[in-house]
Amino acid sequence: MDTHGWPLFEIFIRAKSGLSHRHVGSLHAADSVMALDHARDLYTRRGEGVSIWAVESRSIHASDPAEHAQLFEPAEDKIYRHPTFYEVPEGVDNL
Amino acid sequence: MSLSRDPGGMRFAYLLQLGDNALILGQRLGEWVGHAPELEEELALANFALDYIGQARALFTLAAETEGRGRSEDDLAFLRDGMDYRNVLLVEQPNGNFADTLARQFLFESFYQIQLEALAESSDTQLAQLAQKVEKEIRYHLRHTAQWVVRLGDGTELSHQRMQHAIDGLWRFTGELFSANAVDHWAAESAVGPSPPSLQRPWDTLVDEVLEEATIARPESGWMASGGKDGRHSEHMGHLLADMQFLQRAYPGATW
Repeated sequence: MDTHGWPLFEIFIRAKSGLSHRHVGSLHAADSVMALDHARDLYTRRGEGVSIWAVESRSIHASDPAEHAQLFEPAEDKIYRHPTFYEVPEGVDNL
Repeated sequence: MSLSRDPGGMRFAYLLQLGDNALILGQRLGEWVGHAPELEEELALANFALDYIGQARALFTLAAETEGRGRSEDDLAFLRDGMDYRNVLLVEQPNGNFADTLARQFLFESFYQIQLEALAESSDTQLAQLAQKVEKEIRYHLRHTAQWVVRLGDGTELSHQRMQHAIDGLWRFTGELFSANAVDHWAAESAVGPSPPSLQRPWDTLVDEVLEEATIARPESGWMASGGKDGRHSEHMGHLLADMQFLQRAYPGATW
């Protein structure tokens, strides 16, 4: 069977209700229905999840690693953007 | 009949029929490991194989307890002769090409699913509980295998031809699924399991629906092969058992 034409899918699994879907890997499938089946067999056989998302890899837009400096480095010295910069008022337990 | 006065013997025989279907089909699916057309599909088939081996283990454990002669699930799986296996002929048929395997899988699981739904209501509570659990596994298998029948049947000219050929070739083994032997009669009379002929109509509906979507012509139901449930197997069974039993025959009692 010639499967070289099968597109690549990125697979996201929700471990349990309330958590967000996390990227777990990728696989080949003829279409989205088969992608979900394959994801079920590849990534949930040890009870890892309660929900699967499959997204065609070509639908994902990625940032350019060559632009790392301009995109991410300016954030490195702006420590005041972290919530830890502020003092937690007394009596607040769960912030 | 003498056996009907021996419900333990009948229960044992009935559990073997069910367990042997699972064991032999699991063994067949396992033969795909290392040979499937696509890595992802290989895992799917291996998963199915493991599901079946798990079902066989559970059924053989019940059977061994029922028999009460100290045989273990492994003894039942590996140390019987060909004529003592009670699986239907369909599940022992060779893998052939990918379409042959998926056609065999579809024709069997469409039956097995309906059988399990009935077994989930069994008067035998242990069997009913097991069937409820297994039915979920098979419902997923059937979804996957039916999809493949449609993909190949309604795919390219070559894939259509292969799926049609596979369904045509295996059709003569479907009659046995709905024929009742003495053990099936006992099961039906004691509400342990469904009467096989009663499963034919729902199976027809399910199979016709998928075949139509797959643009596969339903073969004429002519002569049907049977005998597997009574220990009369096709020539393929010996080769399958030689492979499956080799280790326990060559190194009795080997464990690891």
